[in-house]
Amino acid sequence: MMKPFLSIKNLTVSLKSSKEPLLRSVSLDLAAGNVLGLVGESGAGKSMIGKAILGILPQAVEITAGEIWLNDQELLRKPAKERRKFIGASTALIPQDPLTALNPSRRIGPQITERLVDILDWKKDAALARALELLNEVQIPDPERVMHSYPHEISGGMRQRILIASAFAANPKLIIADEPTTALDVTVQKQILHLIADLQARHQTSLLFVTHDLGVVSKVCQHLSVLYAGKVIEASEIRDFFKNPKHPYSRALLAATPKYNDPASSLTPVPEEVIAEVEAEIFAPRTECSHVN
Amino acid sequence: MREHRKKTKQRLGIRLWLSGGWLLVLIAIALLAPWISPKNPLEQDLFAARLPPFWMAGAEPGFWLGTDSLGRDVLSRILEGSRIALLVAFIAGTATCLIGATLGMIAGFYRGWADRIISRFVDIWMAFPPVLFAILLVAVIGTGLTSIIIAIVVIDWTRFCRVVRAEAMTQGQMDYVASAQVAGQKRFGIMIAEILPNVIPTIVALLTLEMGIAIIVETILSFVNLSISSDAPTWGGMIAEGRTSIYQAWWVLIFPLIVLFLTVLSFSQFGEGLKDRYDPVLR
Repeated sequence: MMKPFLSIKNLTVSLKSSKEPLLRSVSLDLAAGNVLGLVGESGAGKSMIGKAILGILPQAVEITAGEIWLNDQELLRKPAKERRKFIGASTALIPQDPLTALNPSRRIGPQITERLVDILDWKKDAALARALELLNEVQIPDPERVMHSYPHEISGGMRQRILIASAFAANPKLIIADEPTTALDVTVQKQILHLIADLQARHQTSLLFVTHDLGVVSKVCQHLSVLYAGKVIEASEIRDFFKNPKHPYSRALLAATPKYNDPASSLTPVPEEVIAEVEAEIFAPRTECSHVN
Repeated sequence: MREHRKKTKQRLGIRLWLSGGWLLVLIAIALLAPWISPKNPLEQDLFAARLPPFWMAGAEPGFWLGTDSLGRDVLSRILEGSRIALLVAFIAGTATCLIGATLGMIAGFYRGWADRIISRFVDIWMAFPPVLFAILLVAVIGTGLTSIIIAIVVIDWTRFCRVVRAEAMTQGQMDYVASAQVAGQKRFGIMIAEILPNVIPTIVALLTLEMGIAIIVETILSFVNLSISSDAPTWGGMIAEGRTSIYQAWWVLIFPLIVLFLTVLSFSQFGEGLKDRYDPVLR
């Protein structure tokens, strides 16, 4: 494997108030130009990892241990100002909900170009040309009109396209896509996925793809990390994972995928409740094996 | 679909026109009061006391809306009173808005200790009975236009603070704020460029509402004799005086009351109308 472009080492994120860890010593590597899927159920901490990298964690939590390396630079030890600049120049976010990710009271155009001009010191014409080019690239009809529109005048799928265009605008090295298709309906989901995969391949961007949809992962990603209760319990290549999942939770996850040819098949329930604090193996109390005993 | 949209726009237009029209007329009256008042609003004439309005028996020409118990012309006093009413509305309303909205924005967007301090302060502040608070304040700093305005600001800034804080908080959790943060925008820049445009419609609606409320507070203070000196006619002062002779001369109370009511209503409707008309999210 190539030298990782993004490398997280033993990252622990905890609640400020109760000190309870939300991410437990998470490590993951993402090679330049690759796509890493991050899957897990709700509350497993998938989005938290993305937020930690981008430095937009909620105020109630803090990073208590670990390192985040981006392009051979350690982020957490950088002074806040420098870190923000570095992150702003080299990363971008494709957010989950296209309905709230564009400022409703401002026109689309400035929302794409402004950060290029104000923060990355582009010329205004260049930024405008770049925005138009990207809107074309994400297949938005009549981009000039769209640039002058307000977000509410545009459909959800179109807005997600705009957000994707906006994310790729500054040629970031790393893009974090935080469940970019969850808020869209199924037909649009597929187009958006194709679009992201296509742009990623063309621009050779590293992509951290956060999702709970294994089907999506299998289409877009080369590697995959499974997160459970704030812990990476399995990290493998995509093909290995689907053929031969190692962790019992991964197996349960795969078994939970609905089957079209057998609609009557029931889900495999995961026994017992989550026990929040298990030092050694956090999924242990829920495995089938533990029930045999 | 398009036709339907047109229709709603037109209805909004009427509301905006009526309220805006009334306020414009009032501003014109306030500016021109000394020239258009038929009589001197301060001139007393005990022989012409409690004359009824023009359509009733016993009315005298020239006193269109009758006279009060000291023989002063009600219409002239209403016209003259619009000056102080609007002055109080604009100055007190704007000052209240600036203070309350600024603190609310800071509390709602920055959260953390700033929010804790401001919010606790607002909670404590709101636990005082407002009118009593104003009375105490005016008693301490003395009567007069300035103290009335200060009293209104002191009573009402909390309303702005609370509403704007809640709105800024909601906006602060939107994904577009996260995107701006990732792009490297400074916190302050995000507050001004991203959050503020989304809070402005609420602030405008509150501001005009507050202008109406400021006039009402002035009236309340007049009722407890703590308004501007008795020479300068105010609507609140007229209503307070009219109360004592309501059975003999109802017009002294009713006419300023109607004008006050229409003005307060116009202020609030004007704000709502503006919000509906110019808020891109609602439009």
